[in-house]
Amino acid sequence: MRARVWGCRGSLASPGRRTVRYGGNTSCVEVRVDDDHRLVLDAGSGIRSLGYTLEAEAPRAIHVLLTHLHLDHLQGLAFFLPFWRDDAELHIWGPASPTRSLADRIASYLSPPLFPVHLSEVPSRPVFHDIPDGPWAIGGATVTGASVSHQGPTAGFRIEAGGCSLAYIPDHEPARGTDMRRVEPEWISGHSIAAGADVLFHDAQYTDAEYRNHVGWGHSSVGHAVAFASASRVRQLILFHHDPSHTDADLEVMRNEALAGWEGQGAPRLASDDMVVDIEAGAVAFSTAEEPELPLLLA
Amino acid sequence: MAASEGKSLLLILAREMASNLATPMFVVDPVGTLVFYNEAAENLLGQRFAVTGPVRREQWGGEMFHPEDLDGNAISLDDLPLVEVIRKRRPAHAEFRITGLDGVKRSIAATSFPLFARPDELAGALAVFWEVPL
Repeated sequence: MRARVWGCRGSLASPGRRTVRYGGNTSCVEVRVDDDHRLVLDAGSGIRSLGYTLEAEAPRAIHVLLTHLHLDHLQGLAFFLPFWRDDAELHIWGPASPTRSLADRIASYLSPPLFPVHLSEVPSRPVFHDIPDGPWAIGGATVTGASVSHQGPTAGFRIEAGGCSLAYIPDHEPARGTDMRRVEPEWISGHSIAAGADVLFHDAQYTDAEYRNHVGWGHSSVGHAVAFASASRVRQLILFHHDPSHTDADLEVMRNEALAGWEGQGAPRLASDDMVVDIEAGAVAFSTAEEPELPLLLA
Repeated sequence: MAASEGKSLLLILAREMASNLATPMFVVDPVGTLVFYNEAAENLLGQRFAVTGPVRREQWGGEMFHPEDLDGNAISLDDLPLVEVIRKRRPAHAEFRITGLDGVKRSIAATSFPLFARPDELAGALAVFWEVPL
Protein backbone atom coordinates (compact mmCIF):
# COMPACT_ATOMS: atom_id res chain seq x y z
CA MET A 1 0.00 0.00 0.00
CA ARG A 2 1.31 3.43 -0.90
CA ALA A 3 0.01 6.74 0.45
CA ARG A 4 0.99 10.08 -1.02
CA VAL A 5 0.19 13.32 0.78
CA TRP A 6 -1.01 16.12 -1.50
CA GLY A 7 -2.18 18.43 1.23
CA CYS A 8 -1.82 18.35 5.01
CA ARG A 9 -2.77 21.86 6.11
CA GLY A 10 -5.92 22.42 8.12
CA SER A 11 -8.59 25.07 7.95
CA LEU A 12 -7.17 27.25 5.18
CA ALA A 13 -4.57 26.92 2.45
CA SER A 14 -1.45 28.77 3.54
CA PRO A 15 1.14 29.22 0.79
CA GLY A 16 4.24 31.28 1.35
CA ARG A 17 7.91 31.22 2.22
CA ARG A 18 7.27 30.10 5.79
CA THR A 19 5.31 26.98 4.84
CA VAL A 20 7.45 25.68 1.98
CA ARG A 21 8.87 22.65 3.78
CA TYR A 22 5.62 21.09 4.97
CA GLY A 23 3.32 22.70 2.44
CA GLY A 24 0.26 24.88 2.40
CA ASN A 25 -2.38 22.79 0.64
CA THR A 26 -5.38 21.59 2.60
CA SER A 27 -6.18 17.94 3.27
CA CYS A 28 -5.76 15.36 0.52
CA VAL A 29 -4.07 11.95 0.68
CA GLU A 30 -3.95 9.52 -2.23
CA VAL A 31 -3.89 5.80 -1.42
CA ARG A 32 -2.95 3.14 -3.97
CA VAL A 33 -3.59 -0.52 -3.44
CA ASP A 34 -3.96 -1.57 -7.09
CA ASP A 35 -3.70 0.01 -10.53
CA ASP A 36 -7.41 0.07 -11.35
CA HIS A 37 -8.72 1.99 -8.39
CA ARG A 38 -7.50 5.09 -6.68
CA LEU A 39 -8.61 6.15 -3.22
CA VAL A 40 -8.46 9.84 -2.42
CA LEU A 41 -8.92 10.86 1.19
CA ASP A 42 -10.52 14.31 1.24
CA ALA A 43 -10.68 16.93 -1.46
CA GLY A 44 -8.81 19.88 -0.02
CA SER A 45 -6.77 22.16 -2.24
CA GLY A 46 -4.10 19.44 -2.59
CA ILE A 47 -6.39 17.43 -4.84
CA ARG A 48 -5.81 19.87 -7.70
CA SER A 49 -2.24 18.65 -8.29
CA LEU A 50 -3.29 15.05 -7.86
CA GLY A 51 -5.73 15.55 -10.72
CA TYR A 52 -2.90 16.13 -13.18
CA THR A 53 -1.21 12.90 -12.14
CA LEU A 54 -4.39 10.89 -12.48
CA GLU A 55 -4.93 12.31 -15.97
CA ALA A 56 -1.76 10.56 -17.02
CA GLU A 57 -2.30 7.35 -15.08
CA ALA A 58 -6.01 7.00 -15.89
CA PRO A 59 -7.16 4.54 -13.22
CA ARG A 60 -10.44 2.86 -14.05
CA ALA A 61 -12.26 4.36 -11.04
CA ILE A 62 -11.52 7.12 -8.58
CA HIS A 63 -13.06 7.07 -5.12
CA VAL A 64 -12.99 10.31 -3.15
CA LEU A 65 -13.64 9.63 0.53
CA LEU A 66 -14.71 12.77 2.36
CA THR A 67 -14.32 12.76 6.12
CA HIS A 68 -16.72 15.69 6.33
CA LEU A 69 -17.81 18.68 4.32
CA HIS A 70 -15.91 21.56 5.89
CA LEU A 71 -14.41 23.59 3.08
CA ASP A 72 -10.79 22.72 3.77
CA HIS A 73 -11.73 19.12 2.89
CA LEU A 74 -13.95 19.95 -0.07
CA GLN A 75 -12.73 23.14 -1.70
CA GLY A 76 -10.45 21.39 -4.19
CA LEU A 77 -13.07 19.09 -5.67
CA ALA A 78 -14.12 21.51 -8.39
CA PHE A 79 -10.47 21.92 -9.44
CA PHE A 80 -9.83 18.19 -9.78
CA LEU A 81 -9.47 17.41 -13.48
CA PRO A 82 -11.34 14.07 -13.45
CA PHE A 83 -14.33 15.99 -12.07
CA TRP A 84 -14.69 17.65 -15.47
CA ARG A 85 -14.20 14.57 -17.65
CA ASP A 86 -17.30 12.86 -18.97
CA ASP A 87 -15.43 9.55 -19.22
CA ALA A 88 -14.28 9.48 -15.59
CA GLU A 89 -15.75 7.00 -13.17
CA LEU A 90 -15.86 9.09 -10.03
CA HIS A 91 -17.37 8.00 -6.73
CA ILE A 92 -17.74 10.36 -3.79
CA TRP A 93 -18.30 8.96 -0.31
CA GLY A 94 -19.20 11.03 2.74
CA PRO A 95 -21.01 11.02 6.08
CA ALA A 96 -24.77 10.52 5.98
CA SER A 97 -27.23 13.15 7.13
CA PRO A 98 -30.71 12.45 8.48
CA THR A 99 -32.16 15.25 6.37
CA ARG A 100 -30.20 15.90 3.16
CA SER A 101 -28.39 13.75 0.65
CA LEU A 102 -24.63 13.99 0.30
CA ALA A 103 -25.04 15.52 -3.16
CA ASP A 104 -27.44 18.18 -1.85
CA ARG A 105 -25.05 19.18 0.89
CA ILE A 106 -22.07 19.38 -1.46
CA ALA A 107 -24.18 21.38 -3.90
CA SER A 108 -24.58 24.04 -1.22
CA TYR A 109 -21.03 24.95 -2.11
CA LEU A 110 -20.86 23.77 -5.74
CA SER A 111 -23.64 25.97 -7.06
CA PRO A 112 -24.17 29.67 -7.72
CA PRO A 113 -23.49 32.10 -6.19
CA LEU A 114 -20.57 30.37 -4.42
CA PHE A 115 -19.47 28.50 -7.57
CA PRO A 116 -20.43 29.24 -11.18
CA VAL A 117 -21.51 25.70 -12.12
CA HIS A 118 -24.13 23.63 -10.33
CA LEU A 119 -23.04 20.18 -9.20
CA SER A 120 -25.74 18.57 -11.34
CA GLU A 121 -24.06 19.95 -14.47
CA VAL A 122 -20.60 18.50 -13.80
CA PRO A 123 -19.59 16.27 -16.77
CA SER A 124 -18.24 13.37 -14.71
CA ARG A 125 -21.65 12.93 -13.04
CA PRO A 126 -20.13 11.60 -9.83
CA VAL A 127 -21.89 8.83 -7.97
CA PHE A 128 -22.54 9.84 -4.38
CA HIS A 129 -22.57 7.33 -1.55
CA ASP A 130 -23.28 7.59 2.16
CA ILE A 131 -20.52 5.90 4.13
CA PRO A 132 -21.86 2.40 4.94
CA ASP A 133 -22.25 1.13 8.49
CA GLY A 134 -19.72 -1.65 8.01
CA PRO A 135 -16.62 -2.32 5.91
CA TRP A 136 -16.89 -2.23 2.13
CA ALA A 137 -14.58 -3.13 -0.73
CA ILE A 138 -12.98 -0.78 -3.23
CA GLY A 139 -10.85 -2.81 -5.60
CA GLY A 140 -8.32 -4.66 -3.50
CA ALA A 141 -8.94 -2.53 -0.42
CA THR A 142 -11.32 -2.94 2.46
CA VAL A 143 -12.51 0.44 3.71
CA THR A 144 -14.15 1.17 7.04
CA GLY A 145 -15.64 4.51 8.02
CA ALA A 146 -16.80 5.47 11.51
CA SER A 147 -18.07 8.65 13.10
CA VAL A 148 -15.53 10.55 15.17
CA SER A 149 -15.66 13.52 17.50
CA HIS A 150 -15.44 16.80 15.54
CA GLN A 151 -17.88 19.59 14.69
CA GLY A 152 -20.81 18.09 12.78
CA PRO A 153 -21.03 14.67 11.12
CA THR A 154 -17.43 13.56 10.56
CA ALA A 155 -15.84 10.22 9.78
CA GLY A 156 -12.45 8.65 10.11
CA PHE A 157 -11.36 6.05 7.56
CA ARG A 158 -9.39 2.85 7.79
CA ILE A 159 -8.02 1.21 4.66
CA GLU A 160 -6.75 -2.36 4.74
CA ALA A 161 -5.09 -4.34 1.97
CA GLY A 162 -2.54 -7.13 1.79
CA GLY A 163 -2.22 -7.30 5.56
CA CYS A 164 -1.44 -3.57 5.83
CA SER A 165 -3.60 -0.89 7.40
CA LEU A 166 -3.77 2.88 7.21
CA ALA A 167 -5.99 5.06 9.40
CA TYR A 168 -6.91 8.62 8.50
CA ILE A 169 -8.54 10.92 11.09
CA PRO A 170 -7.56 14.44 10.08
CA ASP A 171 -10.13 16.35 12.14
CA HIS A 172 -10.63 14.87 15.56
CA GLU A 173 -10.98 15.91 19.17
CA PRO A 174 -10.96 12.64 21.12
CA ALA A 175 -9.93 14.50 24.27
CA ARG A 176 -13.19 16.44 24.48
CA GLY A 177 -14.65 15.35 27.81
CA THR A 178 -12.44 12.25 27.89
CA ASP A 179 -9.22 11.57 29.72
CA MET A 180 -7.57 9.19 27.25
CA ARG A 181 -5.12 7.96 29.85
CA ARG A 182 -7.90 6.71 32.13
CA VAL A 183 -10.68 5.25 29.97
CA GLU A 184 -10.53 1.93 28.20
CA PRO A 185 -9.42 2.47 24.56
CA GLU A 186 -12.77 1.26 23.21
CA TRP A 187 -14.34 4.34 24.83
CA ILE A 188 -12.11 6.74 22.90
CA SER A 189 -13.56 8.29 19.75
CA GLY A 190 -11.87 6.90 16.65
CA HIS A 191 -10.45 3.82 18.34
CA SER A 192 -12.18 1.37 16.00
CA ILE A 193 -10.53 3.12 13.06
CA ALA A 194 -7.03 3.45 14.46
CA ALA A 195 -6.55 0.36 16.61
CA GLY A 196 -3.35 -1.40 15.66
CA ALA A 197 -2.97 0.46 12.36
CA ASP A 198 0.40 0.46 10.66
CA VAL A 199 0.07 4.15 9.88
CA LEU A 200 -2.16 6.80 11.42
CA PHE A 201 -2.62 10.26 9.92
CA HIS A 202 -4.04 12.27 12.81
CA ASP A 203 -5.08 15.79 13.65
CA ALA A 204 -2.37 17.68 15.54
CA GLN A 205 -3.49 21.22 14.88
CA TYR A 206 -2.49 22.83 18.15
CA THR A 207 0.32 22.93 20.62
CA ASP A 208 -0.78 21.77 24.05
CA ALA A 209 -0.77 25.42 25.18
CA GLU A 210 -2.87 26.56 22.22
CA TYR A 211 -5.43 23.83 22.80
CA ARG A 212 -6.48 25.38 26.09
CA ASN A 213 -8.07 28.23 24.13
CA HIS A 214 -9.62 25.90 21.54
CA VAL A 215 -11.43 23.28 23.60
CA GLY A 216 -14.48 22.10 21.69
CA TRP A 217 -13.28 23.34 18.30
CA GLY A 218 -12.99 19.75 17.11
CA HIS A 219 -9.21 19.42 16.89
CA SER A 220 -6.34 17.88 18.81
CA SER A 221 -3.18 19.10 20.39
CA VAL A 222 0.09 17.33 19.68
CA GLY A 223 -0.16 15.75 23.11
CA HIS A 224 -3.62 14.42 22.32
CA ALA A 225 -2.45 12.99 19.01
CA VAL A 226 0.35 11.17 20.82
CA ALA A 227 -2.00 9.94 23.55
CA PHE A 228 -4.54 8.75 21.00
CA ALA A 229 -1.92 6.95 18.89
CA SER A 230 -0.46 5.33 22.00
CA ALA A 231 -3.86 4.15 23.24
CA SER A 232 -4.57 2.78 19.75
CA ARG A 233 -1.16 1.10 19.55
CA VAL A 234 -0.42 2.35 16.06
CA ARG A 235 2.93 1.60 14.48
CA GLN A 236 3.55 5.04 12.98
CA LEU A 237 1.92 8.37 13.85
CA ILE A 238 1.93 11.11 11.23
CA LEU A 239 0.99 14.55 12.52
CA PHE A 240 -1.53 16.09 10.15
CA HIS A 241 -3.87 19.06 9.68
CA HIS A 242 -1.29 21.71 10.47
CA ASP A 243 -2.69 25.01 11.64
CA PRO A 244 -2.46 27.67 8.90
CA SER A 245 -0.70 30.05 11.27
CA HIS A 246 2.11 27.60 12.02
CA THR A 247 5.34 28.08 10.12
CA ASP A 248 7.75 25.29 9.22
CA ALA A 249 9.79 26.20 12.28
CA ASP A 250 6.70 26.11 14.51
CA LEU A 251 5.83 22.66 13.21
CA GLU A 252 9.26 21.35 14.04
CA VAL A 253 8.87 22.58 17.59
CA MET A 254 5.58 20.69 17.71
CA ARG A 255 7.21 17.56 16.36
CA ASN A 256 9.74 17.79 19.18
CA GLU A 257 6.84 18.01 21.64
CA ALA A 258 5.46 14.83 20.12
CA LEU A 259 8.81 13.06 20.27
CA ALA A 260 9.17 13.96 23.93
CA GLY A 261 5.87 12.28 24.75
CA TRP A 262 6.21 9.27 22.47
CA GLU A 263 7.01 5.83 23.87
CA GLY A 264 6.02 3.55 21.00
CA GLN A 265 7.73 2.33 17.84
CA GLY A 266 8.39 4.68 14.86
CA ALA A 267 8.92 8.25 16.01
CA PRO A 268 6.07 10.63 15.07
CA ARG A 269 6.59 12.53 11.82
CA LEU A 270 5.17 15.71 10.41
CA ALA A 271 3.13 15.26 7.26
CA SER A 272 4.33 17.29 4.30
CA ASP A 273 2.76 17.90 0.91
CA ASP A 274 5.31 15.69 -0.81
CA MET A 275 5.38 12.81 1.68
CA VAL A 276 5.18 9.26 0.33
CA VAL A 277 4.51 6.40 2.75
CA ASP A 278 5.02 2.80 1.64
CA ILE A 279 3.45 0.20 3.88
CA GLU A 280 4.38 -3.41 3.51
CA ALA A 281 3.82 -6.22 5.95
CA GLY A 282 5.53 -5.10 9.11
CA ALA A 283 7.39 -2.14 7.62
CA VAL A 284 6.72 1.53 6.96
CA ALA A 285 9.07 3.47 4.69
CA PHE A 286 9.10 7.18 3.87
CA SER A 287 10.29 9.03 0.80
CA THR A 288 9.74 12.32 -0.94
CA ALA A 289 7.65 12.56 -4.09
CA GLU A 290 8.81 14.13 -7.28
CA GLU A 291 6.78 17.10 -8.39
CA PRO A 292 4.33 15.96 -11.06
CA GLU A 293 4.95 17.27 -14.52
CA LEU A 294 2.09 19.60 -15.11
CA PRO A 295 0.66 19.94 -18.61
CA LEU A 296 1.66 23.07 -20.51
CA LEU A 297 -1.78 24.53 -20.48
CA LEU A 298 -0.81 27.59 -22.52
CA ALA A 299 1.48 25.91 -25.06
CA MET B 1 -4.60 -6.07 11.70
CA ALA B 2 -8.37 -5.83 11.36
CA ALA B 3 -10.31 -2.92 12.81
CA SER B 4 -11.34 -3.56 16.40
CA GLU B 5 -14.73 -3.04 17.98
CA GLY B 6 -14.91 0.44 19.43
CA LYS B 7 -17.99 2.05 20.89
CA SER B 8 -20.14 4.15 18.60
CA LEU B 9 -19.51 7.89 18.79
CA LEU B 10 -23.01 8.47 20.19
CA LEU B 11 -22.31 6.17 23.13
CA ILE B 12 -18.95 7.81 23.71
CA LEU B 13 -20.50 11.27 23.71
CA ALA B 14 -23.34 10.04 25.93
CA ARG B 15 -20.83 8.71 28.41
CA GLU B 16 -18.94 12.00 28.32
CA MET B 17 -22.14 13.90 29.02
CA ALA B 18 -23.17 11.52 31.79
CA SER B 19 -19.72 11.79 33.37
CA ASN B 20 -20.19 15.52 33.67
CA LEU B 21 -23.80 15.48 34.91
CA ALA B 22 -24.86 15.75 38.52
CA THR B 23 -28.10 13.96 37.59
CA PRO B 24 -28.07 10.14 37.76
CA MET B 25 -27.80 8.66 34.29
CA PHE B 26 -27.63 5.20 32.69
CA VAL B 27 -26.16 4.52 29.24
CA VAL B 28 -27.11 1.27 27.53
CA ASP B 29 -26.02 -0.19 24.20
CA PRO B 30 -28.45 -1.37 21.47
CA VAL B 31 -29.12 -4.69 23.21
CA GLY B 32 -29.69 -3.06 26.57
CA THR B 33 -26.39 -3.85 28.25
CA LEU B 34 -25.66 -1.19 30.84
CA VAL B 35 -22.35 0.12 29.55
CA PHE B 36 -22.01 3.08 31.90
CA TYR B 37 -23.59 4.86 34.82
CA ASN B 38 -22.33 8.07 36.33
CA GLU B 39 -21.31 9.03 39.85
CA ALA B 40 -24.73 10.41 40.70
CA ALA B 41 -26.25 7.07 39.66
CA GLU B 42 -23.63 5.26 41.73
CA ASN B 43 -24.97 7.06 44.80
CA LEU B 44 -28.51 6.02 43.92
CA LEU B 45 -27.65 2.44 43.06
CA GLY B 46 -25.25 1.89 45.90
CA GLN B 47 -22.31 0.63 43.86
CA ARG B 48 -19.56 2.12 41.72
CA PHE B 49 -19.45 1.40 38.01
CA ALA B 50 -15.78 0.57 38.34
CA VAL B 51 -16.86 -2.33 40.57
CA THR B 52 -19.81 -3.66 38.57
CA GLY B 53 -18.48 -2.97 35.07
CA PRO B 54 -20.94 -3.51 32.19
CA VAL B 55 -24.11 -5.25 33.29
CA ARG B 56 -26.42 -7.36 31.10
CA ARG B 57 -30.02 -6.23 30.69
CA GLU B 58 -31.46 -9.23 32.51
CA GLN B 59 -29.16 -8.60 35.41
CA TRP B 60 -29.70 -4.88 36.00
CA GLY B 61 -33.40 -5.18 35.19
CA GLY B 62 -33.92 -8.01 37.66
CA GLU B 63 -31.74 -9.48 40.34
CA MET B 64 -29.49 -6.46 40.66
CA PHE B 65 -31.98 -3.74 41.60
CA HIS B 66 -35.24 -5.68 42.12
CA PRO B 67 -37.54 -3.13 40.49
CA GLU B 68 -41.11 -3.04 41.79
CA ASP B 69 -44.08 -0.75 41.26
CA LEU B 70 -45.26 1.71 43.88
CA ASP B 71 -47.55 -0.97 45.33
CA GLY B 72 -44.66 -3.35 45.83
CA ASN B 73 -45.32 -5.69 42.86
CA ALA B 74 -42.32 -6.87 40.87
CA ILE B 75 -41.98 -5.15 37.47
CA SER B 76 -41.24 -7.37 34.52
CA LEU B 77 -38.08 -6.62 32.57
CA ASP B 78 -39.99 -5.53 29.48
CA ASP B 79 -41.94 -2.92 31.43
CA LEU B 80 -38.89 -1.02 32.64
CA PRO B 81 -38.68 2.26 30.71
CA LEU B 82 -35.13 1.72 29.53
CA VAL B 83 -35.98 -1.74 28.19
CA GLU B 84 -39.14 -0.39 26.59
CA VAL B 85 -37.05 2.22 24.80
CA ILE B 86 -34.86 -0.49 23.29
CA ARG B 87 -37.85 -2.67 22.37
CA LYS B 88 -40.11 0.01 20.96
CA ARG B 89 -37.51 2.58 19.94
CA ARG B 90 -39.39 5.47 21.53
CA PRO B 91 -39.11 7.46 24.77
CA ALA B 92 -40.60 6.11 27.99
CA HIS B 93 -41.16 7.28 31.54
CA ALA B 94 -42.12 5.53 34.76
CA GLU B 95 -42.00 5.82 38.54
CA PHE B 96 -41.02 2.71 40.50
CA ARG B 97 -38.92 1.43 43.35
CA ILE B 98 -35.53 -0.23 43.33
CA THR B 99 -33.39 -1.78 45.99
CA GLY B 100 -29.85 -0.53 45.65
CA LEU B 101 -26.81 -2.71 45.99
CA ASP B 102 -26.38 -1.10 49.38
CA GLY B 103 -29.71 -2.68 50.42
CA VAL B 104 -31.59 0.63 50.56
CA LYS B 105 -35.00 0.79 48.88
CA ARG B 106 -35.58 3.97 46.89
CA SER B 107 -38.44 5.36 44.85
CA ILE B 108 -37.32 6.80 41.54
CA ALA B 109 -38.70 8.45 38.43
CA ALA B 110 -36.91 7.43 35.24
CA THR B 111 -37.13 9.06 31.82
CA SER B 112 -35.50 7.20 28.96
CA PHE B 113 -34.98 7.96 25.31
CA PRO B 114 -33.31 6.22 22.37
CA LEU B 115 -30.14 7.37 20.65
CA PHE B 116 -30.31 7.11 16.88
CA ALA B 117 -27.11 7.56 14.89
CA ARG B 118 -29.27 7.40 11.75
CA PRO B 119 -33.03 7.09 11.48
CA ASP B 120 -32.70 3.31 11.23
CA GLU B 121 -29.66 2.78 13.43
CA LEU B 122 -30.21 2.53 17.17
CA ALA B 123 -26.91 3.22 18.90
CA GLY B 124 -28.25 2.78 22.43
CA ALA B 125 -30.36 4.64 24.96
CA LEU B 126 -30.10 6.96 27.94
CA ALA B 127 -32.07 7.01 31.18
CA VAL B 128 -32.15 9.93 33.58
CA PHE B 129 -33.28 9.20 37.15
CA TRP B 130 -34.64 11.23 39.99
CA GLU B 131 -35.21 10.00 43.49
CA VAL B 132 -38.76 10.81 44.56
CA PRO B 133 -40.16 10.69 48.10
CA LEU B 134 -41.32 7.23 49.18
